[in-house]
Amino acid sequence: MKILSRKDRSRRSVSALMTSLTALCTFVAVGILIVILSYIAMRGISALNLRFLVDTPRPVGEGGGIGNAIVGSGLLLLLSCVVGIPVGIACGIYLSEFGGGWMVSGVRFLIDTLTGIPSIVTGVFVYAVIVLRMKHFSAFAGGIALALIMIPIVARTTEEMIKLVPHSLREGALALGAPQWRVTLGVVLPAAASGIATGAILAIARVSGETAPLLFTAFGSRFFPRNLNEPIASLTVQIYNYAISPYDEWHAQAWAATLVLMALILSINIVVRFLTRQKFS
Amino acid sequence: MSASTSFAAPKFEVKSHSSAGSTVTKIAVEDLNFFYGKTQALKGISIEIPERQVMAFIGPSGCGKTTFLRTLNRMNDVIAGTRVEGKVAIDGAEIYAAGADVVDLRKKVGMVFQKSNPFPKSIFDNVAYGLKINRMTSSRSELDGRVEEALKDAALWNEVKDRLKSSALGLSGGQQQRLCIARALAIRPEVILMDEPASALDPIATSKIEELIVDLKKQYTIVIVTHNMQQAARVSDLTAFFLLGKLVEVNSTEKMFTAPTEKLTEDYITGRFG
Amino acid sequence: MSTEFHRHLDEELDALRDAVLRLGGEAETALRHSLHSLAERDTGEARQVLDHDDAVDQMEVDVDRRAIDIFALRQPAARDLRFVLSVTKMAPVLERIADHACNIARAAIDLNNEPELNNHVRIHQMGEIASAMLAKALDAFTRSDAAAAREVIKRDAEINSLYNQIFHDLIELMVKEPATATRDARLLFVAKHLERIGDYVTDICELTVYMAEAAIIKHRH
Repeated sequence: MKILSRKDRSRRSVSALMTSLTALCTFVAVGILIVILSYIAMRGISALNLRFLVDTPRPVGEGGGIGNAIVGSGLLLLLSCVVGIPVGIACGIYLSEFGGGWMVSGVRFLIDTLTGIPSIVTGVFVYAVIVLRMKHFSAFAGGIALALIMIPIVARTTEEMIKLVPHSLREGALALGAPQWRVTLGVVLPAAASGIATGAILAIARVSGETAPLLFTAFGSRFFPRNLNEPIASLTVQIYNYAISPYDEWHAQAWAATLVLMALILSINIVVRFLTRQKFS
Repeated sequence: MSASTSFAAPKFEVKSHSSAGSTVTKIAVEDLNFFYGKTQALKGISIEIPERQVMAFIGPSGCGKTTFLRTLNRMNDVIAGTRVEGKVAIDGAEIYAAGADVVDLRKKVGMVFQKSNPFPKSIFDNVAYGLKINRMTSSRSELDGRVEEALKDAALWNEVKDRLKSSALGLSGGQQQRLCIARALAIRPEVILMDEPASALDPIATSKIEELIVDLKKQYTIVIVTHNMQQAARVSDLTAFFLLGKLVEVNSTEKMFTAPTEKLTEDYITGRFG
Repeated sequence: MSTEFHRHLDEELDALRDAVLRLGGEAETALRHSLHSLAERDTGEARQVLDHDDAVDQMEVDVDRRAIDIFALRQPAARDLRFVLSVTKMAPVLERIADHACNIARAAIDLNNEPELNNHVRIHQMGEIASAMLAKALDAFTRSDAAAAREVIKRDAEINSLYNQIFHDLIELMVKEPATATRDARLLFVAKHLERIGDYVTDICELTVYMAEAAIIKHRH
């Protein structure tokens, strides 16, 4: 057996201590997540069945479901992505490719500020600008509100990811006679794709959990959506409504809806990761 | 013989002793001055680079040889705050003239960089990139043919012909550099600029690249920047020695390494400074 | 390249120069003693020259080894390259000069067993010129002085003309006094050795010119 000097032994024990501490922290973090998921699952599984997933809400005692809320959330998410992600990416490209002039720094500062605006404020803003003008709530307004939350997040992560693309890659393309726009779109963006996707996922995850802005814009509905100009239901608002109700049956439905929401977010995550996997890295 | 003996004295007589092979001038540079903002990086460079030969640029770090190389295909344009004075003419046409087409220039003058920079795409797509964006081929088979030709010219075909669709980043360092050379060759430039192409490679990979360079000069004009003097000696027909932004001497490589004209050159080559 | 790197190179170049100059000194000494032993009929001195020859051969080997190491490990360029190359070519030449000096010493020993001959004057002249040429050639090499080297080359003509005269005189003597033939022949060989030494010194000067000016002047005069 090796005889360790005192210094060695003390170093080893400090190392072991730190390793155990970090392991402990990891377990705590992961553990909390598991606890939350299990708790939700436990509480929600009882109300979860096929009818629940496709039915519209009904008065207490008649069952009902979150079918329209699922569709509604999906539509709102889709709408916000269609508007928010391209605009966000374009912003990110602008910020990264056009260097450090005062205007660019100004834009960057504004975007950073936007990231920090409470979502309810965004909701109220869209309420004032769109809902009041249109004189009714709509899915359209809800989508815009969510998009406004998404844009700064996507823009900043896009910018950071593009900056991470090594300059040498750009030079290689330029040296072959590619004009700047081609280099950006054809070489830099694909190279930054997985990072940009991460940013998009972060943004999607963020807005899927938003309730407050939807209260002022999409408002909520008990029916399946027919067009984007009408109020629309969403999982988050539905969960809110059920949770603050005094009925146990609706509480159970709220848990089940929460479980469904978590499952949806997880699936989106997995699908996007798969689609943008870096084949060549 | 040079009139200057002091290290820091500004006046040098440049002697051009191009003697090997073709003497048709491919690139003519006249009194080139280059500025990074307020700093002058190149001072009064005048040189004639003949076609279908290899010219090596040597000199200590910071002497301006890479900066000068990059002025030849206007790669310094992408750096903010740079300014060029003087003339650079390729085949008689000035490349810094107002209205000169940079894209055309870069199709004619290709570049290989110090650290290989393949795109994160397949081997085939890397080589085909230049051909595709410049729309140089009209059919898939023509594209395939050009890619194969370029890979053969870069002595890489046999090693990758069975895995053209696999990632370029899976190749070894030396192979990646040869891939970058193939990528540059695919668009059939006339001049190839190489910035220390083998500095990141092991000796065997280096010697493969060096042999490739000697083969390529039959068809292309090659300018190579190297900090390795033995490499310049092995590979080039002509050598230009730069110091502190100035061109000190241009000579046939054989003369440069046995009996250079300028004392400064000799001091550098014999390792007295640098 | 760091200055430390070049300091080692300079040390090695200096050591090489010292080695070849020592070899040159030995050649000079051998020549001087052999001529002296001939003039003074000193067999002891002649034997000393012969005994010393092995050491001289070793020195040549030493110069070779140093030079090869510098080539292989330092890749000398330009001036340094010409220097090492010249030294490599010079060492065997110096060794051969020493050999010829030995031959002269052997001749001296043989001649000392015979009665003296009166015809040494021109031989001594040749010997003086050869010694002087060798000394000046080594000086010129040490100073990388191409002009001085060229001057030395010119004196080779004197040695050659002296040789021709001695040749005629000795042949004449051999015909007139056949009894002295052996002695005459030995003296003739001494003259021949000195003439060869003159040629070798010329080689050394040509190498010095190459080293200093990168000009190859062999076979041109």
